[in-house]
Amino acid sequence: MFAYIRAHKLLSFAVAFVALQVLLAIFAPIVSPHDPFVQVMVQRMKGPNVLNWLGTDQLGRDVFARILYGYRTSLMTCVSAVALALVTGGTLGMLAAFYGGWLDRITMRVMDVLFAFPIMLLAIGVIAVLGPNAWSAAIAIGIVYMPIFARLLRGPALVICESEYVMGARAIGASDARIVFLHLLPNLASVVLVQTSLLLSAAILVEASLSFLGLGAQPPIPSLGLMLSEGRNFLMLSPWPAIFAGFAILFLSFGFNLLGDALRDTLDPRLRGRD
Amino acid sequence: MSSRFLLGRIADLVVVLFGVSIVTFLIIRLIPGDAVAIMLGANTEVTPDRMAELRGRLGLDLPMPVQYLHWIGGVLHGDFGTSIWTGRPVIEEIGANIWPTLELTLLSVIVGAGLAVPLGAFMAQARGKGSEVAVRIGAIAGLTIPSFWLGIVAIFLLSKYAPGFAPLGYVPFSEDPLGNLQRMVLPVIALSLPMLANLSRLVRSAMLDALGQDYIRTARAKGAGRRLVVYKHALRNALIPFITSVGVSAGYLLGGAIVIEQVFAIPGLGRLVLGAISERNYPLIQATILVLTGSFVIVNFFVDLAYAVIDPRIRRR
Repeated sequence: MFAYIRAHKLLSFAVAFVALQVLLAIFAPIVSPHDPFVQVMVQRMKGPNVLNWLGTDQLGRDVFARILYGYRTSLMTCVSAVALALVTGGTLGMLAAFYGGWLDRITMRVMDVLFAFPIMLLAIGVIAVLGPNAWSAAIAIGIVYMPIFARLLRGPALVICESEYVMGARAIGASDARIVFLHLLPNLASVVLVQTSLLLSAAILVEASLSFLGLGAQPPIPSLGLMLSEGRNFLMLSPWPAIFAGFAILFLSFGFNLLGDALRDTLDPRLRGRD
Repeated sequence: MSSRFLLGRIADLVVVLFGVSIVTFLIIRLIPGDAVAIMLGANTEVTPDRMAELRGRLGLDLPMPVQYLHWIGGVLHGDFGTSIWTGRPVIEEIGANIWPTLELTLLSVIVGAGLAVPLGAFMAQARGKGSEVAVRIGAIAGLTIPSFWLGIVAIFLLSKYAPGFAPLGYVPFSEDPLGNLQRMVLPVIALSLPMLANLSRLVRSAMLDALGQDYIRTARAKGAGRRLVVYKHALRNALIPFITSVGVSAGYLLGGAIVIEQVFAIPGLGRLVLGAISERNYPLIQATILVLTGSFVIVNFFVDLAYAVIDPRIRRR
């Protein structure tokens, strides 16, 4: 265990950094010293102090508590979004590779089209249809990232489908499902793991941007992007909520990006030092 | 470039543009519930008369394929529909708001890509464990720092320590070139930083790749100087993957610009589209997305062609 940590310092650090933040989000109700919704009017816009570690916002709510719950909102939205992208996009990509022909051509064309949209624009379009809230943001981000997983999985899936051990499995009469679940999926796991982590990092920034614009989670839900946009209006009176919310977004996104990067090195030594 | 290669690329372009138009067309049609009632509900009382009038104006009572043909026919003639509230052609409103966004995006691409090349080449010289980790952490931090937050912090610091420097708002370049550029400095820095981080790391690894090639050793063996080898032989080859990434990043910047505009109170397309969402002005949302995505796709088409001109290996595939 210790030898492994020594050998993979960067990866261990990334895992610990991400795990800390995820645990803080999960156990927010236990960890948080205050209720994120309670407004204490006499304590408005205080800087960091003993009672409120990171100060209070314009309504006298504890910033630390709101950041912990903001982590929750952000992680729930982004994990759902990336899971949606992985399941739909990944399935489409693998099926396209597995069955080939027209299915392949049409599926990948549709993915090309979705991929052609600048990320924020497609997300804004989806949210325009579904109405602004956290779930719309999750679905929007999921749709935006779907083609990335479809493309990512189609290539390796094609190679694996042509490989000798899959042909061997077919020859002894293995079913399609058996080949997909026993041979295809395990061989794609490391690619998926790396990309999931990197996309989570990107999704956190997109979600923060969307809720900053008022297109994601709506008040009074604690959300990091909303904290930034609300804090911006009171910047001269108290910069703390905006400053801390920004750091929270940065740390969360940074952690997942570093994790993906370190995972890629560890899982695929050929790519060491590349990007 | 063979004409077959060119024709293939043009066919791809047409298919993607067609798909983009279908997706954009569907935005109004996919709204759950009665789209017309939802649109009207944002600003006015919903009456059967008004609903019938708007439905007729948007052509929503026709069969879908006919609706699409009407709409795309209009688009190809420069008619992107009219604003629900003002009745003006939406393309006019887009035209009035597009310049700040274009300027912001272009300047950021130039700054981000322009600085990435020397920075990446410089970083390629630093090898060894310590600098390897530093480059990696720095690049990831640059990539994941929320640019809108960076903008907010910059505004805060400036207004606190240099109140005379007006960082907010927008003046057209033609009216006040200096004031225009002065107001663009901070947004451009905030917007281009993630691109700079991403691209300089890419240039660095491409440089390291290129420096390990045989032709570099040959050049060195012939007696070419180190500087010449780095900047002429290696850098040229390292630039090939760089160019595609610039094209892709431009789309990312366009999205980032929408957010940065809100931070710096720049009256661009970001403000237009957000306003359109809050008053449910769907024709305007639709047209903005179509115009921006269409131009992005066409720009990338030319980037692809440029890529093929530079690198003959692409053409033969």
